Amino acid sequence: MKRFTQLIQELETSNKTNDKIAALVNYFNMADEKDKPYVIAMFTGKRPRRPVTTALIKEWAIELSAIPAWLFAESYHSVGDLSETIALVLPPAQQTRDRKLHEWITDLALLNGQDDDVKKEFILQAWNSLDTQERFIFNKLISGNFRIGVSNKMLVNAIAKQSDTDSNKIMHSIMGKWAPGEITYKELIAGVHVNTDSSWPYPFCLAYALETEPESLGETTAWQAEWKWDGIRGQLVKRNGELFIWSRGEELVTGQFPELHFLKDELPDGTVIDGEILSVKEGNVQAFSILQQRLNRKTIHKSQLKDAPIGFFCYDILEAGGKDIRTEPLSQRRKILVELMSALTTKDIAILSPVLSFQSWEELAEIRKGSRENNSEGIMLKKLSSLYHSGRKRGDWWKWKINPYTVDTVMIYAQKGSGRRANHFTDYTFAVRDGEQLITIAKAYSGLTDKEIKEVDSFVRKNAIEKFGPVRTVKPELVFEIAFEGIAESKRHKAGLALRFPRIARWRKDKIAAEINTLDDLRQLLASTL
Amino acid sequence: MALISFTNKGIFCKQGGFYVDPWQPVDLAVTTHGHADHVKFGNKAYLCHELTKPVLLQRLGADLPVQTLPYNKEITINGVKLSLFPAGHVIGSAQVRLEYKGEICVISGDYKVEYDGISTPFEPVKCHSFVSESTFGLPIYKWLPQEEVFGKIRNWISDNHDHLKTSVLIAYSLGKAQRLIKNLAGDKNIYVHQSIANLNEGFIRAGVDLPQTIRITPDIKKEDLQKGIVIVPPALADGKWMKSLMSASTGICSGWMQVRAGRRWKSADAGFALSDHADWPGLLSAIKATEAEKVFITHGFVSTFSRYLNETGIAAEEVTTRYGNEEEEEEILKEA
Repeated sequence: MKRFTQLIQELETSNKTNDKIAALVNYFNMADEKDKPYVIAMFTGKRPRRPVTTALIKEWAIELSAIPAWLFAESYHSVGDLSETIALVLPPAQQTRDRKLHEWITDLALLNGQDDDVKKEFILQAWNSLDTQERFIFNKLISGNFRIGVSNKMLVNAIAKQSDTDSNKIMHSIMGKWAPGEITYKELIAGVHVNTDSSWPYPFCLAYALETEPESLGETTAWQAEWKWDGIRGQLVKRNGELFIWSRGEELVTGQFPELHFLKDELPDGTVIDGEILSVKEGNVQAFSILQQRLNRKTIHKSQLKDAPIGFFCYDILEAGGKDIRTEPLSQRRKILVELMSALTTKDIAILSPVLSFQSWEELAEIRKGSRENNSEGIMLKKLSSLYHSGRKRGDWWKWKINPYTVDTVMIYAQKGSGRRANHFTDYTFAVRDGEQLITIAKAYSGLTDKEIKEVDSFVRKNAIEKFGPVRTVKPELVFEIAFEGIAESKRHKAGLALRFPRIARWRKDKIAAEINTLDDLRQLLASTL
Repeated sequence: MALISFTNKGIFCKQGGFYVDPWQPVDLAVTTHGHADHVKFGNKAYLCHELTKPVLLQRLGADLPVQTLPYNKEITINGVKLSLFPAGHVIGSAQVRLEYKGEICVISGDYKVEYDGISTPFEPVKCHSFVSESTFGLPIYKWLPQEEVFGKIRNWISDNHDHLKTSVLIAYSLGKAQRLIKNLAGDKNIYVHQSIANLNEGFIRAGVDLPQTIRITPDIKKEDLQKGIVIVPPALADGKWMKSLMSASTGICSGWMQVRAGRRWKSADAGFALSDHADWPGLLSAIKATEAEKVFITHGFVSTFSRYLNETGIAAEEVTTRYGNEEEEEEILKEA
């Protein structure tokens, strides 16, 4: 476990991707063979069943460290991570033991179904034989939840480098079905449990934001316009009787979207389609916040399948009949795509992303104003003669996004963040004016630089009025412009409405609290969107 | 009548007519140590330990009216007996003991209980009331013995050396820097930023046994820095100069490095939990050793620590002061 602890420390002390990959490569070069598949399983979220509940672990830690529960809670707020808090508050270990990572993991798995006394004895003994860093790792092993800034993609790149194997093959292999106790690292790399010859995706073609007026693009007839859908960019790969769904992050997400699995039977072999994963209900695209319920889930509830059904809006076709057609012009690819889509028997799930017809740029600008009604983010402009580029290339594809709504608010609460942001006040609650009162309208925690966070943090410390656990009420003085994508009625919020995707657009140091927006302003906006 | 009160200028002893570590200008400022949050410019007179004097002269001006005292020597000011006891925080740091008509009060400034190899070790002083900091007043803060921490630092340095990286330790100029120098001195040259070099010269003139260091100047070769150990204050941590070094690896030495979030926030290459403040067990043992009936808790986890003391039978009161921002010191350095 010492080698693994070292890896975690190395991963945490650098924020450079190359350093992290180097640390992972080093680890896979030197680590115990049996440990390796467990590490890959852990980093990709293949979680074993949790053998001991959080409540029990917390209870034992409090008991062993002989501190009151409230003090443990305060410590937790300062640390921002439960496993780490426990590792730090426990009394120093009295023994040392170096067991292998996979031994700890298999022993922990054996605790499932045992009496609490047996579990307690095991956990306490382990804590007493590990140093602070190792304890932290051990606690993470119990929760099975390692979030240490290693994406699947990064892990895959490291393994690919270490084993000199194509990274898409590794991605397919580790996203497949396997169990860490039953497969060797070599077998995993070789992908003995999957057929990695069929899954590989193409690099996505990406667009730059259009910063000028579209008139600069010349004749309208040279361009194809579509809605810019607000979902997850995806690639459908159907080869050798198998279907794979890749996300923009080059992760395999096939299992997350069972609604699309019919395509395995309906798409011909040798087909690759570029499109957007969206929540689509009765043919209508739903808001991103609804799609969000479906993302990164290991299990999907029935209600989620019903409330947030998945659809796939097809943009483009990259491979047809097993042939790479990315160098064909878009107009030609579109024809092939239309033909292919019309042959599907299941309708309304995989849908052709409609092409907008327009005569002039002014007309398109008018159409664009209606973007929000379709839950789209604006318009995509693609040159009809364009080939399908790898990555971002200026000139052929443009995204012409609509501007977000904004509202000026004042900060009234601040809370310490977690993870990297623990110990700094980084999560803020904002209010607008409602007569003499201030009424909460949004919570947001992104959009500020580290320097600004420090400044706000220092303001909060000096101007805190009241304290509720980790939350401080602060003097309503700092004005922030909040950007948001939509507004909806809400019974759950005191204001009677809720903002969609609120985030800090900028800190309005030039404004004072008297100049912020009112609840009436927002009500008017709401009325105008209905 | 109480011997001290907490006013908007600082900790005030009415009977004696002086302040301890005031943050607004007063006639007489009794000074526990030279960190910027404990001593300000503009007081008419200063009283401090003899090893704090060179710090004050350097930081506040060479013609500053400073009177000094050794540890354990009593003087009387307006009938109040005053003496200084080692606080173990940095070189020359002192706890201020006041006695008037049998009542004893100790203002400890900043302190740590572990001997750091260079500052006179902390000495508990029995008193009726005790003013304590609470910078690390949470049970998550338990320091490893300093030898273990220095072991880690030495390993890190030799690892950097093997990989042709320059080891740059980030440490406060006053206190942490001297502690590192004393404990890391050996076969490698130690290069220090001028703010540290200036303080070191003052200490050496005052008789402190500090190992030899080299002041960083523009003509020092980067290759030499890479072979040695570099110590700079936090203000320089992400400056241009650092980028000019041969693949610098930065290591922050601070109690905040105990927590992962602290390490990640600062985005250093390494973090070493080495503090000049008492950890949780240190605070508790120091307070118990005073046998004080009343404890005033200042800068740090004030409310949490006070609540814990009250629940465990030690009468504690939260006090608002302006201490606890040592980083301010480094901000001043940056401007200079």
